[in-house]
Amino acid sequence: MKIVGRKTARVDGLALAKGKAVFADDISQKDILYAKFLFSPLAHAKIKSINIKQALALKGVAAILTFKDFPVKYYTTAGQGYPEPSPKDYRIFDDKVRYVGDRVAVAAAESLEIAEAALKLIKVEYEKLPANFDLEKAMDSKVVLHPEKGKTFIFNARKNISANIEAEVGNVEKGLADSKYVFTQRYFTPYVQQAAIEPHITRTWLDENDRLIIRTATQVPFHVRRIVADVLDIPVRKIRVIKPRLGGGFGGKQEILNEEVCAALTLKTGRPVRLEFTREEEFIAARSRHAQFVEFTLGLDEDLKIRAIDLKILQNSGAYGPHALTVMSVTASKSLALYKSPNVRIRADSVYTNLPPAGAYRGYGAPQGFFALESLMDEIAHELGLDPLELRLKNYYKKGDKIAIAEVLGEGREGYPVILKTTGIRQCIKTGRKLIDWPNVQNSKNQGSIRRGLGVATVAQGSGIAGIDMGSASIKMNEDGSFNLHVGAADLGTGSDTALAQIAAEVLEVPIHKIIVYSADTDHTPFDTGAYASSTTYISGNAVKKAALKIRKIILEQGVKILGIEKAGLKNGLVTGADGKSITYAEICTKSFYTDFQLQIQASASHLSYDSPPPYNATFADVSVDIETGFVTVHKIVSVSDGGRIINPQMAEGQAEGAIPQSLGFALSEFMVFDKFGRIINRDFENYHIFTAIDMPEIIVKFVHTNEPSGPFGAKAVAEIPIIGPAPAIANAIFKACGARIRELPITPEKILKELRRNQKKKSEARSQISEVRGKKKSIVRSKKLVEEFFLSIRCTLMTFVNS
Amino acid sequence: MKVSFILNGKPEKADERAGTTLFDYLRAQGLFSVKYGSDRGETGADSVLIDDKIYNSSLLLLYRLENKSVVTLEYFSSGTGIHPLQAAFINEGAIQCGYCTPGLILAAEALLKRVSAPSELEVRQALAGVYCRCTGYVKPIKAVMKYSGSEL
Repeated sequence: MKIVGRKTARVDGLALAKGKAVFADDISQKDILYAKFLFSPLAHAKIKSINIKQALALKGVAAILTFKDFPVKYYTTAGQGYPEPSPKDYRIFDDKVRYVGDRVAVAAAESLEIAEAALKLIKVEYEKLPANFDLEKAMDSKVVLHPEKGKTFIFNARKNISANIEAEVGNVEKGLADSKYVFTQRYFTPYVQQAAIEPHITRTWLDENDRLIIRTATQVPFHVRRIVADVLDIPVRKIRVIKPRLGGGFGGKQEILNEEVCAALTLKTGRPVRLEFTREEEFIAARSRHAQFVEFTLGLDEDLKIRAIDLKILQNSGAYGPHALTVMSVTASKSLALYKSPNVRIRADSVYTNLPPAGAYRGYGAPQGFFALESLMDEIAHELGLDPLELRLKNYYKKGDKIAIAEVLGEGREGYPVILKTTGIRQCIKTGRKLIDWPNVQNSKNQGSIRRGLGVATVAQGSGIAGIDMGSASIKMNEDGSFNLHVGAADLGTGSDTALAQIAAEVLEVPIHKIIVYSADTDHTPFDTGAYASSTTYISGNAVKKAALKIRKIILEQGVKILGIEKAGLKNGLVTGADGKSITYAEICTKSFYTDFQLQIQASASHLSYDSPPPYNATFADVSVDIETGFVTVHKIVSVSDGGRIINPQMAEGQAEGAIPQSLGFALSEFMVFDKFGRIINRDFENYHIFTAIDMPEIIVKFVHTNEPSGPFGAKAVAEIPIIGPAPAIANAIFKACGARIRELPITPEKILKELRRNQKKKSEARSQISEVRGKKKSIVRSKKLVEEFFLSIRCTLMTFVNS
Repeated sequence: MKVSFILNGKPEKADERAGTTLFDYLRAQGLFSVKYGSDRGETGADSVLIDDKIYNSSLLLLYRLENKSVVTLEYFSSGTGIHPLQAAFINEGAIQCGYCTPGLILAAEALLKRVSAPSELEVRQALAGVYCRCTGYVKPIKAVMKYSGSEL
């Protein structure tokens, strides 16, 4: 292959390197209004009265909208396929608020300052309602978040259960009874945020035909169009959604977060409106990763083969349920697609609490599930005195195996059977263990209070949602032999436009600069479900390949006709007959336009897959822990993935290199902290710590090569898989280094010190008779205690309801 | 309030009301390479060079710029030309979404004005003020090292 699988500069690289005006907010508009939300200061309250008179009277205020301006209509903000599998429990504005940050009103004014001033003049009288922040108490709580009639797809509103999954393959009870060893453990992962550097930003206006134009930073332009049409009760034909370049999304922009409100303001005023979240508002009112308790019970036979896996999930939906069902479903379906077990069971509940609603975030449930599963595999290996890899290698699904869980768990409904056609997990391990020098680094570098250790995690994801994700492409030819490639797939910074262009260029045998990509615009590009679920290369890529093959066929047909011969071949951008006579693409297209057998050479195609081949990954972490302070230093991460045939190696590497620090944050430094009123405390990047250039460890990224028959040129997905492994690999490395097993993310110094102290206590109890040893260690214990007290005092101020 | 300064090589006379930040002024002039990432400059998406040093434009009031020279990324590639540092970012795959790219390139430029062949640590320190959520900084660091001739 000439283009696929090779380094190709990004099609949008030059514009981005030059800082060109390509993002949603990079336009100047006359007569624009600036919009600003009034968010609820209370976690749960009824709005008894709301008075906007004074605010509206302020000079420069154009409009203020509250619940009074809209009929009661429930929908979900989740940008998913239709009908959405998320509960319809949300109103554009409601007379009740359910979390600190819930919408109360929006103002549009001549400047942002005036809009802000107007919000201060809105008089709201709240009737405070009791709130519940405790995930574990939600089901039995007297606080019921969604008692209203007319809300649909809520599993059990009275018990605050937004979504529930019960599924079983085989018989888990029997499988566990038949097992020689049974291990069970519960883990917790907190709220973390996508933290794209570009915040949510939408601009809306009416065009010359009074059609509503929505220029927005979204991963799901077609879902935006559908949902805005539904919520505002306007026909789809009156709406055009333009997705420009995106400044990152990571799932956060798979949400209809402000488009419908911005649109409503434009419809009300007839003027362009701009609505951008500040960073603080991102933390208060945008989405995040679902916090989950995940409990795995594993039964193993005497050969250490898994006989049964029992999975229980308790998930925090927050105040609403976007993605609640499907995130849990992915937690289960991905973590159960790695190890073969004849018996598997899932019991999962997502519950409402008065905290911000969670949503989609890269990995989408898989990071939560695999943190638990891969920690437990490590615990089992330790317990049984095995190398952690040995236990895993006994249990992987193999090529030709049917993944049992795939059939019973789809996106909110039953799925489709998956027969594993490719798996590179063993090669991933082989490559990775060499690069990290497994297991030799262990304990060889201990110095003073520093303990060094290696950890590993192996994980799986999917490639698109089987039977649901659909992508399309249309291609038309120009008379210089170039092609316009129009795709609904939404490049959110991943480089998918480039990968799709490579696929088209490969099929059409032209250099990549002859492919002009446009994505995405609901007026001009064909439908695509959107950029999520690791679907773009695998699903939309196949659509591009199909469309390009059709174009190839038409070019050949036209070439044969124009040359006046019977048969010809197509190679290197030429149609050549048996007699050696040839004609270029440019000539074929020009003649097809103007003189010979006239037509526009064009084609379109769609693609849907009932398969979702899992990409695999093995992540190794080399860490050291200072047992005096509990401070963790990550020295190196080795991440080896099987993404099938890699379309663009440099961009695929970039995907993994960028996913790793997100998981490092998940493991060590990122979590959203709420006070006792349900208000987020760390609402800026000074207090919410994402990894910076100076924090980054050495990163080694590799790919092993498999050839997935259902993917375009053998490709599977690469975007989400590398975010899953680092957190459990780090947790396992920390255990290896110092013996502290932390089952609750993030792994903070105080958690490590607490665990070390507990271990110490256990040990000293066991050896209480040897008093002279204790005497010697006194000074160390004292200094450790000081450090602990210091961290405990910090913890008191950052006490989190989610974690406690 | 009138402020005179040099903006991308040309004299600029700004007549703005007190309290205007450099960030707001630049975006109003259509210099869109300067981006919003946060209110307190944590992300560095709002970076500019002032007299060859890197600053957060959203933390600077316009009046502070009297007689200073302000450079945004737009200055690096007037017309169809491209600065070799920008080319290095493209070649090394250091750009993903591209939102932080202007800040990263300016941060690198500020470093290279001080140190011609920086160590990897110096590059990391220089880029640490610009947040990137896409690349993990691996390729941006590599791009700067390659460009400055101090290959990794």
